[in-house]
Amino acid sequence: MHPALSVIFFTVVSGAGFGLVILTAGLGVLGGVPGLGATGILTALLVGVVLATAGLMASTLHLANPRNAWRAFFRFRTSWLSREAVFSVLFYPCVALYMFGLWRTDGAHGIGMSLVGLLVLLLALATVFATGMIYASLRTIPQWNSPLVPTNYLLLSLASGAVLLTGLTVAFGEPPAVAATLALVLLVTAAMAKAVYYFWIGKPQGPTINTAVGPTRARIKILESGQSSDSFLNREFSYEAAAERILRLRLVVYLCAFLLPFVLLVLLLGTDGAALSLALALVAPVLLMVGLLAERWLFFAEARHVVNLFYGRQQC
Amino acid sequence: MKLGLVIDTDTCVGCHACVVACKQWNTSGTLGPLTDYQPYGKEPSGVAFNRVRTYEVDTYPNNKTINMPMSCMHCETADCVTVCPTGASFKRAEDGIVLVDQDKCMGCNLCAWACPYGARELDEAVGTMKKCTLCVDRIYDEQLPEAERQPACVITCPTSARTFGDLDDPDSQVSRLVRERNGYQSMPELGYNPVNHYLPPRHKPHAETTPGASLPSLTERFKSWLDKAVVR
Repeated sequence: MHPALSVIFFTVVSGAGFGLVILTAGLGVLGGVPGLGATGILTALLVGVVLATAGLMASTLHLANPRNAWRAFFRFRTSWLSREAVFSVLFYPCVALYMFGLWRTDGAHGIGMSLVGLLVLLLALATVFATGMIYASLRTIPQWNSPLVPTNYLLLSLASGAVLLTGLTVAFGEPPAVAATLALVLLVTAAMAKAVYYFWIGKPQGPTINTAVGPTRARIKILESGQSSDSFLNREFSYEAAAERILRLRLVVYLCAFLLPFVLLVLLLGTDGAALSLALALVAPVLLMVGLLAERWLFFAEARHVVNLFYGRQQC
Repeated sequence: MKLGLVIDTDTCVGCHACVVACKQWNTSGTLGPLTDYQPYGKEPSGVAFNRVRTYEVDTYPNNKTINMPMSCMHCETADCVTVCPTGASFKRAEDGIVLVDQDKCMGCNLCAWACPYGARELDEAVGTMKKCTLCVDRIYDEQLPEAERQPACVITCPTSARTFGDLDDPDSQVSRLVRERNGYQSMPELGYNPVNHYLPPRHKPHAETTPGASLPSLTERFKSWLDKAVVR
């Protein structure tokens, strides 16, 4: 699949934003984010909302006819893209109400505030899940048609949210023990899920050219594609990255998205110096974002659409 | 009704007449125009509803060339319709034709991603998704003589490799062809249940030969050789 930059940016950035909101609201409902006061929690929520919004805005850039984008809310019953749009729009009034409440009560969570916080958390989770399901629901792309895909989207969103929360806690000059520990656990879990995904897509197991062109076990090869230059189908679906490049980018993913942030956060937990803490806590999210952009680029570049079978690929 | 096409890969010669007829009819049809990009440039391309690709099946001496025209299969389980967030893509209840409402489409490409057969192509100039309409603006046109109320690709095919009809009706010509000639669907394992069917090549692996007369006996052959060899 052709890796579209607007969609890569959207899924990574809004995933991190929603992850930050999920963790902040979740910890808030459980009794407050350790180390952060009302101002800190409000800042975390605001950063999360800004990131989510930036991502959602970017996602409209890949529409060929954005004038009709408002119609995307009307097929909630069948379309995951529509569900994503509805959840993300419902999220805004809820998170605004939650932030207003936090500001009024100075961070105290009564029953009402807990319910609103829970609603914010659920809507953010639902949005990220719907993003993953847009891809996982496509039977035409074997590398995406798996429960591992929404799992990865959720775990990476939560892990990046936790690393951001750690950075914010340190920026407010507070001890980041709880946020950093949470981030470490989520990073390890997300890394394992991603490793399972890479292992799972390693071997082509989708439809073959034999069932696409004709029910025969004989060898089939394309003689003539019937077109003198690439069409929309080739430009959209036939993107193929060199194996060496894929391998190198996977290394970037493992290093920047998982290993280095993990090491930085472990160092952060062990250090007392304020300047060093701040440096560690700010470098970790930057590295993570670089790693996740590479991860999302690979997610598209490694996906093989079955329409390629008609252009001569033997298996998808 | 399940309107669709049955395409005979045994008689299709890959002449692309259906591709041209389709483009000619539909570029001014309900979903038109079918934009061309750089039509006189170095790499001309453009939107098409119908494409013919050619394959070699098996290896020498059993190899065979097969032409496979592909347009929308008007699937019974059309995922392109369920993934559409705007409701622009729809499948007509009365005849099963899958269409795109050009006034509602926002050009997100998700339906093209969901289609295994490459039937949907984004018109980059207009910004909406375009696809085969099964010539919905021909087959119901009562101004046309009844014999011409068929898709443009079917009418134009010089070898009559394409047949149009109702695959829900067991007595229709298309249903009979599928039954008698072992018609198959492309990628049935994906579960889209495409309505269009393809007919495999007829099973005639070698040219027919007639056995010659049996050889004369050895004495006869020796005598005829002797007649030719000995010159008086």
